[in-house]
Amino acid sequence: MYRYDEIDQRLVEERVAQFRGQTLRFLAGQLSEDDFRPLRLRNGLYIQRYAPMLRVAIPYGLLSSRQLRTLAHIARKWDRGYGHFSTRQNLQYNWPKLEDVPDILAELATVQMHAIQTSGNSVRNITTDHFAGVARDELVDSFVWCELLRQWSTFHPEFSYLPRKFKIAVNGAEADRAATYLHDVGLHAVRNADGEVGFRVIVGGGMGRTPVIGHVMQEFLPWRHLLTYLEAVLRVYNRYGRRDNIHKARIKILVKALTPERFRADAEAEWAYLKDGPSTLTGEEVRRVEERFTRPHYERLAGDDAGYLARLAAEPAFAAWVKRNVQPHKMAGYAAVTLSLKKTGVPPGDATAGQMDAVAGLADRYSQGELRVSHEQNLILADARQSDLHALWQEAKALGLATPNIGLLTNIIACPGGDFCSLANAKSIPVAQAIQERFDRLDYVYDIGELDLNISGCMNSCGHHHVGHIGILGVDKNGEEWYQISIGGNQGLARPGAPAAVGKIIGPSFAREEIPGVIEKLIGVYLDRRESEDERFIDVVWRTGIEPFKERVYDSDHQEQKRRRRSLATA
Amino acid sequence: MTAIIRNRSVVDDPWQLLRPGDHGRQPAIPLAGDIIVPLTLWRAEREAVSFRAGRIGVWLDSHEDPAVIAEDLRLFGVVAVNFPKFGDGRGYSIARLLRERYGWKGELRAIGDVFRDQLFFLASCGFNSFALRDGEDPREALAAFGDFSDAYQSSVERRLPLFRRRLEKFAQA
Repeated sequence: MYRYDEIDQRLVEERVAQFRGQTLRFLAGQLSEDDFRPLRLRNGLYIQRYAPMLRVAIPYGLLSSRQLRTLAHIARKWDRGYGHFSTRQNLQYNWPKLEDVPDILAELATVQMHAIQTSGNSVRNITTDHFAGVARDELVDSFVWCELLRQWSTFHPEFSYLPRKFKIAVNGAEADRAATYLHDVGLHAVRNADGEVGFRVIVGGGMGRTPVIGHVMQEFLPWRHLLTYLEAVLRVYNRYGRRDNIHKARIKILVKALTPERFRADAEAEWAYLKDGPSTLTGEEVRRVEERFTRPHYERLAGDDAGYLARLAAEPAFAAWVKRNVQPHKMAGYAAVTLSLKKTGVPPGDATAGQMDAVAGLADRYSQGELRVSHEQNLILADARQSDLHALWQEAKALGLATPNIGLLTNIIACPGGDFCSLANAKSIPVAQAIQERFDRLDYVYDIGELDLNISGCMNSCGHHHVGHIGILGVDKNGEEWYQISIGGNQGLARPGAPAAVGKIIGPSFAREEIPGVIEKLIGVYLDRRESEDERFIDVVWRTGIEPFKERVYDSDHQEQKRRRRSLATA
Repeated sequence: MTAIIRNRSVVDDPWQLLRPGDHGRQPAIPLAGDIIVPLTLWRAEREAVSFRAGRIGVWLDSHEDPAVIAEDLRLFGVVAVNFPKFGDGRGYSIARLLRERYGWKGELRAIGDVFRDQLFFLASCGFNSFALRDGEDPREALAAFGDFSDAYQSSVERRLPLFRRRLEKFAQA
């Protein structure tokens, strides 16, 4: 964890006071709804379908057990006893009262947390690889760079009223686990021939209504220039990004309109003025931030713990969980554990206050008091000892957090959807549940293997449907909820060098009750066509194209309709 | 005269702001007095505007490029930037360019949909004068300059970002 110094703390407290004043003015009728909206949004407060929704920032997904306990306390005291971990590594409360929000923010500030810029047209929470700091393929610790960017972007005076929201992702490892090609700005750490750290700067990617793979603007930006270059990019965007149409206001639209080459030239021209200016980072500052991070204390452990190996051999259920939910660690004898928030019957990403407290306890006992939130909406204990894994598994199982489905079909990413969100066209949680119920047999899910299934309730694509191997999108047709299905998307996970891919829509949309059947057919085509068990669903889609899938899904539907018509005719 | 905020005090404003009429029709130029004219009027009728009694100021709308007045700045008593809507943040960049790139040292005024909740950021970006929209009390708004005691970034107000001042700050404390 980065530990605030007194200035960091004071700024967060000043924000609470500022927002308290704004809320009081609004409640007293001195601030109109229109004027209050952008002010509350930049404090993470939406007015939702049924109640306000408060989005709390979990900077780059890193949390201490103490912070998690405070989140649980807030859920109990001001909400209905649970929270929703989002795909942006944040936590959302769905039932706070507007007048309580200043008190909630004050409570967050006591544990160095806030809701700053979790919404609104500003630079949002910086996201990163949830295995930062522990992955074997790490080049740099991305948390340090994320924190530098958090400070730089917090209350940026020039870029607080951008044309639209602005999302930055940082990846510090060889594999891209932060989807850097699908963000407004993606920063992928690289080292040059001299071993110097720099960043590949990718601009103009994004999901949403118009999915776009980002463009590389700099192959190697030396780290000192990170902030000045970003200021140049943001200034070009702030001045020339469209503000007349909310759907065309993201930076990806500007990059496309200007052409990536022209955008690069404009950013370079702006950068010429800013480069080597006061925002140029110093080694001193990078070290200062590094040193304010708590560091795990690793013991010198032997590679493979004998007791652990014996349990693995003796208990297939434990072995299955390890296979799916435990990742290798850069330190011998340690492992990173994913606690699944995707148990069948529970909305993806939801956690009760009781679970949060219990996970805080697990983090204290097994992972040095820290944990991470992944963009797949799970919780990660990154520094567990191998020798503790069995005990940890048993505790997690008792808490309902040990579903061994990471990377599998039932590890569904889903936004809150029409059950909560006022933007949604359709519900997403019941769809996720229906699919999880249909595929409840674990051995079958194992046989299907790695498969990302992502659901968004609308084009804003908070459920990342574009990059699901199977993506489901809620659409509105004359006031009815329909679902469009795409296949072949990929968030770029674990495939070095392969940028993300956007899925292709297979055809006309479906009613909600049809979805589990359609998914079953898609899986059926995959199982028929795969050449070996190593060939994943996504590999088959890429190899064969979407045609065979399309044929099976629509042809059989078509036949079904014909059969129905026949039976009607003979009735 | 209306009250505005200048250099963190509430003062009476001697300037008359001229806005275009319907269909972009240029406003009539009064014979005397200090006037702030739209950039388009300045560019079209620079001579007529210049040879009259009273000082001249110019205002830019949020889509206009401050580079076009870079050479004229010494002629102005004030430069203003319009915020057509609270959420239109282009004016923040325009202000920084005027201050940091084109060297404008005089009065830089925010006009349009401006109220207290923007003042801190506007001041950081170099505005030192604020004509709040109708219905806002400039005296009450003054408190907003103190919303935050510091800022992380380099800006017009604090050229050095916090990280270049941090060690020194702690040494003093």
